[in-house]
Amino acid sequence: MGSLQLTSIRKAFGQHEVLKGIDLDVKEGEFVIFVGPSGCGKSTLLRVIAGLEDASSGSIRIDGQEVATVPPAKRGVAMVFQSYALYPHLTVKDNMGLGLKQAGTPKAEIEERVTKASSMLSLDPYLARRPAELSGGQRQRVAIGRAIVREPSLFLFDEPLSNLDAALRVQTRLEIARLHKRLKATMIYVTHDQVEAMTLADKIVVLNAGAIEQVGSPMDLYNKPANMFVAGFIGSPQMNFIPAERLGEAGAKTIGIRPEHIALSREAGDWKGKVVHAEHLGADTILYLETEQAGLVTVRLFGEHRYGADDIVFATPDKAFIHRFDANDRAIA
Amino acid sequence: MATARTSYLRTGLIHLALISYTLIALFPVFLTLVNSFKTRNAIFREPMAIPTPSTFSLVGYETVLKQGDFIGYFQNSLIVTVVSIALVLLFGAMAAFALSEYRFRGNLLMGLYLALGIMIPIRLGTVAILQGMVAAGLVNTLTALVLVYTAQGLPLAIFILSEFMRTVSDDLKNAGRIDGLSEYAIFFRLVLPLVRPAMATVAVFTMIPIWNDLWFPLILAPGEATKTVTLGAQMFIGQFVTNWNAVLSALSLAILPVLVLYVIFSRQLIRGITSGAVK
Repeated sequence: MGSLQLTSIRKAFGQHEVLKGIDLDVKEGEFVIFVGPSGCGKSTLLRVIAGLEDASSGSIRIDGQEVATVPPAKRGVAMVFQSYALYPHLTVKDNMGLGLKQAGTPKAEIEERVTKASSMLSLDPYLARRPAELSGGQRQRVAIGRAIVREPSLFLFDEPLSNLDAALRVQTRLEIARLHKRLKATMIYVTHDQVEAMTLADKIVVLNAGAIEQVGSPMDLYNKPANMFVAGFIGSPQMNFIPAERLGEAGAKTIGIRPEHIALSREAGDWKGKVVHAEHLGADTILYLETEQAGLVTVRLFGEHRYGADDIVFATPDKAFIHRFDANDRAIA
Repeated sequence: MATARTSYLRTGLIHLALISYTLIALFPVFLTLVNSFKTRNAIFREPMAIPTPSTFSLVGYETVLKQGDFIGYFQNSLIVTVVSIALVLLFGAMAAFALSEYRFRGNLLMGLYLALGIMIPIRLGTVAILQGMVAAGLVNTLTALVLVYTAQGLPLAIFILSEFMRTVSDDLKNAGRIDGLSEYAIFFRLVLPLVRPAMATVAVFTMIPIWNDLWFPLILAPGEATKTVTLGAQMFIGQFVTNWNAVLSALSLAILPVLVLYVIFSRQLIRGITSGAVK
């Protein structure tokens, strides 16, 4: 239970094409994350999978079954929304049970499933409350509980953590990760936050302008980005891109090197530069250098370092981690 | 704005303005109520005076309750008003939901067309409406009034409600769709409860002109069985002799039901007016 195949999904609003032919295969039990900048079509794709939007063309199969004409409630999907979308006039318990009630599930079974989900999410003390009496984190847990109760083939998450504050976000992220392990369910998750993507996903789908840029495991994308877009999108701070001709490198148009793969020294190195700005974060020190050879370069050092603005330093990129891109911005293997 | 401390002069002036407006607005009501409890002579001698034991009289109310079928008139007015409000709210909300929720060709044009009635008074079409009602055999029925008032109330209702429905979260409606609610269930069970303040606003704006209307009852339903309160009160106003006691008593009585309906809706109304502005 819980596989998904998308074949050349297209979606256009009038003249404007939002999805330009998406092919994707999601295996049972996988945690797949759609990530990309705003407006890249990731939410639209999720809504197409849920059946809230119709695709202009292409086929969607859930568990091998073509679902293009099946209404959302019958697709075996459950969705968690960014704004929680709880029914304001129903108690937590009724919120979680409504979907089953509509499907005609016997009362005893609804009760049992709600109890199970609420204990899983430690929502037991709140079952009789209405959403207005809950905090943001609790509301999102109820929304997740509402999805669990349905025991769907596919869990769909539409930026579920965006409305939470930073501390709660980390906590809820952990909860979702544990939930995935426990339920062994297929989950599809949309986010613009690459940290969420890297920490949760089995498989990341990077979208840009309505097309898939790359699909792979988090470490695949980090170590072997297929193109400059993925290289720049995954990893923080962003990868440094340096025109190859400035460095005298042949056979590539752009050279990429991640900030954490550059060594720094006060005495000698490949690139001589001046510190423009230094960010001391305790665990990391991030330096922005204006170098003679490579222009503005970001360097990330682990731990505390006593560099300050206007210091003269030498930077040396680690040859093993250099990425090369051709004139079409594609990675050269 | 400039000072955090309350300026007494400022609040004083604001209160002065509001109090004087209240007095102006309430004065006719006060005059009607006071004079309805006085003898005929006292009304003409000192219209502004409060009834004293010597001038106090219930003769107006007695006339009203004896002559004509005033209970019946009240009933007619209430039926027409309540049924019209109900239809305006139901159809207005449905149209507003369709306009705000679904993308279809001509959506904007349809919205403008439905809102057009706000600017064009329905009375311009009186002759055509009368002809239509005659042809349909609806003259002298309450149905005729209900139909006209529903048409009259719909444009504003659709305009106000569709603005409010746009504010209802899409995620909520989609959550309902995924949980298997039909579009009707989404409309009645998710969206309507959330726009209740707006519904109350529309109800009040619709109710008052209908209750007070004299024009259409006079033209479409002047028969004894279908007379409304405002029309019923006219029977005491003659070309040569007017029974002021009775007219004022009838009008005083006619205020009551509106007051009751208003109190029911008013708490919601204030929320309706301020929501969106204060958030």
